[in-house]
Amino acid sequence: MDISPLLISIKTASAAMVLTFFLGVFAAKIVADIRRTYWKMILDGILTLPLVLPPTVAGFFLLYIFGARRPIGQFLVDYFSVKIAFSWEATVLAAAAISFPLMYRSARGALEQVDPNLIYAARTLGLSEWKLFWRVRLPTALPGVASGGVLAFARGLGEFGATAMIAGNIAGKTRTLPLAIYSAVSAGDMDTAYRYVLIIVIFSFLAVALMNYFTLKEGKTKP
Amino acid sequence: MSVTVSIRKQLRGFCLETDFETSQGCLGILGASGSGKSMTLKCIAGIETPDEGYIAVNGRVFFDSGKKKINLKPQVRRTGYLFQSYALFPKMTVLENLTAGLSCSKPEKRAKALDWLERFELHGLEERYPHQLSGGQQQRTALARMLIHEPELILLDEPFSALDTNLREQMQLRFEALLESRNDVILVTHSRDEVYRLCNELVVMEAGRVLNQGKTRELFHNPGTVHTARITGCKNISPIKRLGEQEVYALNWGLRLRLSVPVEPEVTHIGIRAHDFLPVQEGEGYNRVRISIIQRSEEPFEGILLFTNAGADIEAELQKLWWKYSPSLVRSLPEQLFIPPESVLPLRG
Repeated sequence: MDISPLLISIKTASAAMVLTFFLGVFAAKIVADIRRTYWKMILDGILTLPLVLPPTVAGFFLLYIFGARRPIGQFLVDYFSVKIAFSWEATVLAAAAISFPLMYRSARGALEQVDPNLIYAARTLGLSEWKLFWRVRLPTALPGVASGGVLAFARGLGEFGATAMIAGNIAGKTRTLPLAIYSAVSAGDMDTAYRYVLIIVIFSFLAVALMNYFTLKEGKTKP
Repeated sequence: MSVTVSIRKQLRGFCLETDFETSQGCLGILGASGSGKSMTLKCIAGIETPDEGYIAVNGRVFFDSGKKKINLKPQVRRTGYLFQSYALFPKMTVLENLTAGLSCSKPEKRAKALDWLERFELHGLEERYPHQLSGGQQQRTALARMLIHEPELILLDEPFSALDTNLREQMQLRFEALLESRNDVILVTHSRDEVYRLCNELVVMEAGRVLNQGKTRELFHNPGTVHTARITGCKNISPIKRLGEQEVYALNWGLRLRLSVPVEPEVTHIGIRAHDFLPVQEGEGYNRVRISIIQRSEEPFEGILLFTNAGADIEAELQKLWWKYSPSLVRSLPEQLFIPPESVLPLRG
């Protein structure tokens, strides 16, 4: 069995998780701090879109933005000699875009549940807004944020549609597990498909179990 | 201490319009829940922003919506705020909670924090997390965390309401000792016992407005208005008909009463505190009320008797009167109670 899809998938999902973690937490903080419900709704809607859109549509948008002939893609090629489309980085981009709403929504929920008095107290005690976020709000919200991260990882591992659109299905380069399963089934190689399916089921289950562990832990440490 | 507060803020349900000034001692803000007293405190600390107005503490302007447009960040106001729920950071140890906002070298921070923990009998608990502490320890930690910054003004938001009775009395005594050495405290509470004990000056609030302000003891002994009387714990209040220079007829109780002071024309009600009735022997005389018992309830150290005036001349629907007495002194209920004229409080509506 070719294990390169497994390695690519894990690498992709890990890189995507790191990317979505920071972007998701950052977006969550911004939306959680917006006071006007109107703007909150609009921004939240935009940030959640990748969750509800068909992944192929998300992939289409990514291609539209990062395609070699599009302004941003062109800019990256011209100045950094980086061609995103149909490279390994594209799998990360696709996985990150699709798993982003999961991270963002979990983090936002967790941040919004932090007792506002903790934030007030930190301010009267002279903590800067930056310190307040990294030392008080985020640690307090961590169980929720962490379970969002795990969920994002699991989703990134299973990403298919957007990846196929922007990264293609290049063996040893952009062929992740889901794409490898698709290719194996197309080629009639059911044995390989079974093995890949088994691996992805195990990983996904572990991720969900880990997430439940975080949630459980959160319940226990609450006074 | 000098604090000037004059703010407006539109809240859900009502508009907060607070105006008061205080120059010395511990100021108490007394009001029912939802009267805007906590919001006032939050505006002083800078946690909430008023729509308009002016806040200054010790000559430093915290907030001014006028031409100058000043709104200091809470971080630089140097106010210490003690939250009802203590707001200890749950993911930090006691030590980290204390040092969180300090800006000095690490060993200095540690030494300072340990010193404060010592003062509040918290030594040995520095590595614990807040949820591993008892309620009293949590409050002392929050107090130490606030005082370590040497705030110019201390703001206490219902500090005792989360403690059980036993602990509450201990902590109140501790606060009394603490407040004697400092004179820059504002205490917000709905408990008249707390303000009476801890504050020499008092602001009474209702529905976002300041109803009355003055020396605590004076306001308790001569509340002046019906609302202040009620909020300072006066149980018996009745509208009146003026009968003479120092005599009124209490409509709710069908009772003629003499006062020790002349009844001004704007006086519309009178109040009698539940503790101010004196048991007397059978007989004739002024300011006496014959008891018709409605309900009696006794605690170990306080008894409550609800009664109506049995000697009322008209058979109108009479309102209940409250008498609070000490069961150890009053073994058997008397037939009559006497109301000393100085205990009849003239009140404006």
